[in-house]
Amino acid sequence: MSQPAEATPVPSTWLSSATVPDVVAALDAYDYLADTGLATVVLLAVRMGRPLLLEGDPGVGKTEVAKVLSRWSGGELLRLQCYEGIDASQALYEWDHARQLLHVRAVEAAATAGGAAVDPGALDGELYQERFLVRRPLLAAISHDPAAGPPPVLLIDELDRADDEFEAFLLELLSDWSVTIPELGVVRAAVPPLVVITSNRTRDLHDALKRRCLYHWVDHPDPARELAILLRRVPGLQSDLAHQVAQAVAHLRTLGLYKPPGVSEAIDWATALSTLGLRSLDADAVSATLGAVVKHREDLERARASDLASIGMS
Amino acid sequence: MVDAFLTSLRRAGLPVTVRSASSFAEAVLVLASPVLSGRDDRPVDLGSVGESVADHWYWAARCTLLSAPEQFPVFDAVWAAFWSAPARGAGPQPVGTAQDPADSVTDDHRHSPDDSWEHGDPVPHGGRAPIPPSDRHDHPGNTSDAGLDECLDDPPDDAPGIRHFSAGETLRTKDFARMSAAEHDEAHRVMAGMRLVTAHRPARRRHRLGSHGHRALDLRATVRAALATDGELLSLSHNRRRRRPRRVVMLVDISGSMEAYARSLLRFVQATVSGAAVRSGPAVEAFSFGTRLTRLTRELALRDPDAAMKKAAEAVADWSGGTRLGESLRAFNDLWGTRGMARGAVVVIVSDGWDRGAPAVLEEQMARLGRVAHRVIWVNPLKATPGYEPLAAGMAAALPHVDAFVEGHDLRSLECLAEEVGHAAAGNRSRASTRIGLWA
Repeated sequence: MSQPAEATPVPSTWLSSATVPDVVAALDAYDYLADTGLATVVLLAVRMGRPLLLEGDPGVGKTEVAKVLSRWSGGELLRLQCYEGIDASQALYEWDHARQLLHVRAVEAAATAGGAAVDPGALDGELYQERFLVRRPLLAAISHDPAAGPPPVLLIDELDRADDEFEAFLLELLSDWSVTIPELGVVRAAVPPLVVITSNRTRDLHDALKRRCLYHWVDHPDPARELAILLRRVPGLQSDLAHQVAQAVAHLRTLGLYKPPGVSEAIDWATALSTLGLRSLDADAVSATLGAVVKHREDLERARASDLASIGMS
Repeated sequence: MVDAFLTSLRRAGLPVTVRSASSFAEAVLVLASPVLSGRDDRPVDLGSVGESVADHWYWAARCTLLSAPEQFPVFDAVWAAFWSAPARGAGPQPVGTAQDPADSVTDDHRHSPDDSWEHGDPVPHGGRAPIPPSDRHDHPGNTSDAGLDECLDDPPDDAPGIRHFSAGETLRTKDFARMSAAEHDEAHRVMAGMRLVTAHRPARRRHRLGSHGHRALDLRATVRAALATDGELLSLSHNRRRRRPRRVVMLVDISGSMEAYARSLLRFVQATVSGAAVRSGPAVEAFSFGTRLTRLTRELALRDPDAAMKKAAEAVADWSGGTRLGESLRAFNDLWGTRGMARGAVVVIVSDGWDRGAPAVLEEQMARLGRVAHRVIWVNPLKATPGYEPLAAGMAAALPHVDAFVEGHDLRSLECLAEEVGHAAAGNRSRASTRIGLWA
């Protein structure tokens, strides 16, 4: 396995002898039904040590991939949820200023009681210690101790909501796997974590970042696979009902809704129907539970107009 | 063999860099397929190798060489042709409305107005190319938008939203449809200098969670200050509220009726897009529509206007064809609006409102757009024609959902538009939407 010349972290040897069908089977064991494409990309990401960039509509299971990988590898899941305006201090580390302030007051109080003067140099040195450092997900991913267990899975969720500066900062981190904390020194990853980046494609990510990663578009599953997912994820679901729900959801996606339902909405719908004890998708069942799968008013109207009950029966 | 495949990908227009090519090679090695070692340059018939191996190579190529779902169809075609095996996997549907065969370019191009347009009263001056009469003079206009009146009356030389090279006053007020080729060139040169500038003050890059309306404490600076005063918090530092400009989305009608204006207006859009790409002003997205919707942001983002326009012309397939305003807006809403591109954004629609589709569709889509966008500005080159009233069913259906209805027929009106868009895009992110019924 080749490595880039400048990287000093040693890639992990996990999955070094696995094949794509092994990955499919392993993901299946954790109730994630992946197609060949996703399994191939996952295997390549792990073996090549590259981040995995998943783009797709909301609700298709991008975040779920990271969770399943974490359970499978045994590494901790470190989740960084991106939002507009996120910067390094929320992603990397921050000093616990409140505790630092209290420490300063405590030292000063002790010195006053004892009659000695406060040594500012020593106080400064005490303030910037490990115990006052708040490690956010990125730093936690870098500073993982390989002896403590498998490398963590770093999930950077919805990166398209962050801005360009954050992307540039992230790109630098993904290339070097080291960070310099001015007060403490350089922190370098001994084993790089497995990185999964998700994006809803509200904007284009930068090319440089895309080139660094392995790119995969996660699509909605076809009805056959959706049926399998429903039967796996919703315990006690009747097979006929699952079949009807899968057909109905596939039909809903063709209606041009404002927000087409994803896999998670299909699972919610099936759970709702199953909880209510309904056996088949008739008109009453649809009207009772449609809000679980379609969440916008004009979408509801359009869905009702399209007569879902007859679709499910076919 | 891999080299030849990559070359054919490049010829098909996909950007394949050296780095991604080496990633692909690495990926194939990782998958440890025995087929690649020791073969000559014949294309291998993958039916003999085994379906699953071909599958894995396909996905390995897709994840290392591609970076956007729009590239998938081209890649599939090249793969199928090169490896003589069916391609598998599909990305999302390509951008574009459903192609109605009746709307092919030859159908609508250069027809007289009587048989092309179905709805509403014909344009008062009765011509497809809206050439205003030679003695056009500024009319006070029926607009109730006071700001626009000011803009038209006073040349905005010192306005914060405009920067332009000095052009002759006659060129600035000359209608695009009446310009000669030399005047067009001059006007395009002027437009290349136009930028959208938002007059917001650049705040510090600190945005704390929970700072709703009041300023949050900047603990870091506070503690630093406290160290100097022996731990006593004598002064509290606050974060300044961060203000980002809103996104600007430009939708330009390039159908046959807009032909006289389309190129000049696209030049204007190109200036704003490339200006936005260079500086940190509002992010500008550009789309063109006629019978289908085409995203042009990437093509127009080049700094050289001529190269950008050339790339855009290649990307657009429905130039000077029919108009399907409602369908195109629906495509925008479905493919980009639901992903959040229009949310809180300033949406600028440049069109004369002539629509072959049903007005009900247009109204519905405009309503959808209006619900998420911060401000919807409609630019109509016909508006400046004396006696113009938006009687055509498409225009009339869309107007109630429009915040500002402005002209767009000459350089001066485009400068006003740039100023208006700049002002709309500035400011904080509070949601204030008021719908002004201009033609009630």
